[in-house]
Amino acid sequence: MLRLERLEIVQGAFRLSADLAIETGRIIALLGPSGAGKSTLLDVIAGFLPPTSGRVLWNDADLAPLAPGARPLSMLFQDNNLFPHLSAAQNVGLGLRPDLRLSADQRRAVDLALARVGLEGLGARKPAELSGGQRSRVALARMLLRGRPLMLLDEPFAALGPALKAEMLGLVADLARETGATVLLVTHDPADAGAIADETVLVADGIAHPPRPTRALLADPPAALSAYLG
Amino acid sequence: MRLPIIAAGILCATTAVAETPVLTVYTYDSFVSDWGPGPKIEAAFEAVCGCDLRLVAAGDGAALLARLRLEGARTEADVVLGLDTNLTAAAAETGLFAPHGIEPPALDLPVAWDDTTFLPYDWGHFAFVYDKTRLPEPPDSFEALIAAEGLKIVIQDPRSSTPGLGLLMWVKAAHGDRAPEIWAGLAPRILTVTKGWSEAYGMFLQGEADMVLSYTTSPAYHLIAEGDDSKAAAGFAEGHYLQVEVAGRVASSDQPELAQDFLRFMLSDAFQSVIPTTNWMYPAVTPEAGLPEGFQTLFRPETSLLLPADRAAAVRDAALAEWRDALSR
Amino acid sequence: MLGLSLGTLAAVAWRAEGASTLGPADWAAVRFTLTQALLSAALSVTLAVPVARALARRRFPGRGLLITLLGAPFLLPVIVAVLGLLAVFGRSGLISQALAPLGLGPIDIYGLRGVVLAHVFFNLPLATRLILQGWLAIPAERFRLAASLGFTAHDVARRLEWPMLRSVLPGAFLVIFLICMTSFAVALTLGGGPRATTVELAIYQAFRFEFDLGRAALLALIQFALCAGAAALAFAVAVPGGFGAGLDRPLARWDAGGVWLRVLDGMWIALAALFLLVPLAMIVARGLAGVTDLPPSVWQAAGRSLAVALGSAALTLALALPIALAAVRLGGPRGAALQAAGLMAIAASPLVMGTGLFILLFPLADPVALALPLTALVNAAMSLPFALRALTPAMAEAEAGFGRLADSLGLRGAVRLRLVLLPRLRRPIGFTLGLSAALSMGDLGVIALFADPGQATLPLQLYRLMAAYRMEAAAGAALLLLALSLGLFWIFDRGGRVNAQA
Repeated sequence: MLRLERLEIVQGAFRLSADLAIETGRIIALLGPSGAGKSTLLDVIAGFLPPTSGRVLWNDADLAPLAPGARPLSMLFQDNNLFPHLSAAQNVGLGLRPDLRLSADQRRAVDLALARVGLEGLGARKPAELSGGQRSRVALARMLLRGRPLMLLDEPFAALGPALKAEMLGLVADLARETGATVLLVTHDPADAGAIADETVLVADGIAHPPRPTRALLADPPAALSAYLG
Repeated sequence: MRLPIIAAGILCATTAVAETPVLTVYTYDSFVSDWGPGPKIEAAFEAVCGCDLRLVAAGDGAALLARLRLEGARTEADVVLGLDTNLTAAAAETGLFAPHGIEPPALDLPVAWDDTTFLPYDWGHFAFVYDKTRLPEPPDSFEALIAAEGLKIVIQDPRSSTPGLGLLMWVKAAHGDRAPEIWAGLAPRILTVTKGWSEAYGMFLQGEADMVLSYTTSPAYHLIAEGDDSKAAAGFAEGHYLQVEVAGRVASSDQPELAQDFLRFMLSDAFQSVIPTTNWMYPAVTPEAGLPEGFQTLFRPETSLLLPADRAAAVRDAALAEWRDALSR
Repeated sequence: MLGLSLGTLAAVAWRAEGASTLGPADWAAVRFTLTQALLSAALSVTLAVPVARALARRRFPGRGLLITLLGAPFLLPVIVAVLGLLAVFGRSGLISQALAPLGLGPIDIYGLRGVVLAHVFFNLPLATRLILQGWLAIPAERFRLAASLGFTAHDVARRLEWPMLRSVLPGAFLVIFLICMTSFAVALTLGGGPRATTVELAIYQAFRFEFDLGRAALLALIQFALCAGAAALAFAVAVPGGFGAGLDRPLARWDAGGVWLRVLDGMWIALAALFLLVPLAMIVARGLAGVTDLPPSVWQAAGRSLAVALGSAALTLALALPIALAAVRLGGPRGAALQAAGLMAIAASPLVMGTGLFILLFPLADPVALALPLTALVNAAMSLPFALRALTPAMAEAEAGFGRLADSLGLRGAVRLRLVLLPRLRRPIGFTLGLSAALSMGDLGVIALFADPGQATLPLQLYRLMAAYRMEAAAGAALLLLALSLGLFWIFDRGGRVNAQA
């Protein structure tokens, strides 16, 4: 279970507070207007940004002392998820061993992960030689291979077309179910939330609200959400 | 089983080396170069001394003295070879040198020599060298040089170069209190001032200037090594400043007798006969076989100018200020 | 590094007997030094901008070779480069000879203009390279975006190139300013006389003419303070570029199609090539006669120089990478201060550094026995500023673009260096290795202060040949030195660029 315990984030005039818990294995959407602090909240969970006060707990353990790479999570950014000078297979392999000294078994695992996301045989390509959707798949393959119980996605598919985005979200949901991972997905599109999220955290007016079932939330939006939905 | 044998061999070798005394001679860089006197002199001395002669180079004469002053009495040098009369006063003042204690053979110097610390090994006159094909009528005095409109000379900076300092002394010795006037007159003739002799001589050979400050013996190189007789030194009516290069032994040396042996060797034929065609200077004692073919054709000044060491040291700073003021205008 | 520059200075001051004061002549030297360094740096950088821009947006056969060759003046021993320059601009040089039939000339370059001309000759290529690096650091995506927005060349200049120049120019200016500050033989020879006395020459005078170590140290300190002031100023003016990361697409330019721009770029490239390559051609032409029968000792010296150069290059990188990394990590004023400290080695007087090392080492070990490693060390210190100029911005871009991704994957320490930073830094690393190796190859350096007859490096051997009247052989050795320096530079620089487009 992920718990954000009386979390306060203050950056100049920007404030965000969160006090909530997320059950293991759920797919959660972080929904809210641009600038509300969805990505900032993800940065705090991932360890890129220390909270002003409060704690981030995973299974009752405080994550504060852990560096980003040591936290039990994988993260996909809006862009630059791949190193352009490394091949797709190498980019995926980083998820197993950051020094890329892979055993034969591990190399097979990389190939399997690539195959699982539909990139069989494309491991040798550099990112510039892949399409946008394919690059997202490489990043997902790495996430799959890292096997961390928490997946943070910061609008990684925003640049993709609707069909491709839906396909990617579906893939994320499949991978999460297969591995039992907990997913936090930042989005500004209610349709994304509706497509895969069991529950949704509304981030608006300086507060990250506790999660509510997505369908119920969208059917009966509170004031802050209906203002955003328009 | 072979290891002890090898070890024993090394042991023998090191004892053998340890028994050979080492004589360390500090000198200037061009002396030790493959084309200088160093290699031949090292071989010749080692053939007779039963010792290992170690030549250590340090820039030029002034750098040599600075090095010795930095090291002080802890220096490894037994002999310092390559100072000239512009430096001997300062060198003697350091107290690092011991009297040579040698009765020298008859010296073929243009001046009498009675220094009890330093012994000369070669000498030469500073002169402006020109190309006879490009400059048929060279000036024959500083006054004539000043009057030679359009003529350009390259000189060296007295602060960084031995010939440069020699010219400073030359003008001072020849013209005394008129030196500032001479320098002011020379200023338009001076194309530029270089850091060292090599830059200036290179520029001259490249045709950049009509004359270059060098030595009366410089044409000998072109004549003997290149068969080119177009270079000559211009004779100046005032006379030419003399450079006498000397060596002395270091007081703190652990090889005082070997050092004296070297100074005696320095004035012997084996050393002196090497000097003319490697250092391109006149030997302090003319070798039995005489000077090499070609040296006879060189210009020989009738008047040698040389400020005594103590006087050279005394006038130096004032002369430098005069030089700088006149040329900075 | 500060220890090497300031520590040696302190050693010289410590060895001094009594304090010293400076006279009017010393202040005149300070003024002249500042004037010529400011003019030289300003002119070098100003001229380098159009040349670098032309090289950045044009592709033509031999472009890589040209860029390598343009670096040559910077890598040559002073004496060789000056003679090459005079063969073109001197009284009997090509230009004077061409003017003679017209009843003009000979042209007279001696004076401040000669000093500046020579310094531009030495440093224009360096400035061009540093600025060109800046251009190449703008990701191809930005130019693509600019093209899609219909940017004209003028718009590209304003939106992309000017911000890049704001971040690159102050550093390039500073490096060249510092080089010119410690210039001595060039300033004197082309300055036409004691008017052109620089602080470095005053140090020389204090040291070897007066043996006044206190004054030498004081002058060195002044030189240092002036350089530190310049560094502080340059870093205050510099604004980080912040172009972000790209996907390493091959660089293509859509904004430079006009005929007029082509002609303009072509003209700049041709002018720079003429200015820099004709003196080089003269050096080559002179050397061809002598290079065929160089004595074996010259070849041995060349071997020794190669070893020193490779050692120095490795040492430079070993010093520069951690400093650049720390500077990027620290960021802000502290990072800038660290970078500035790295640059300071160049402001140290070589004579004071060598003498200080000598004073420090003499009680402990035989400096003569350590002459070659010391030469490599001092050469590395001298190359460090260029290494930092090249590495730090690229390191900052790599960290900005991929630092978070690397963090999130737990890439740290040596692994992060090997997998993320080194590949992202291939170009600047190749450039750094090449430059430091070539610089070391051509530097006379401290070896001249304490060399054994058997330890001569190629530049020292070249000077010895000249001092022994063997100008033709010296010209041959100069050609060998030129070829080896350029060869080293080319191999490393090339290694950094191969596959960099994939």
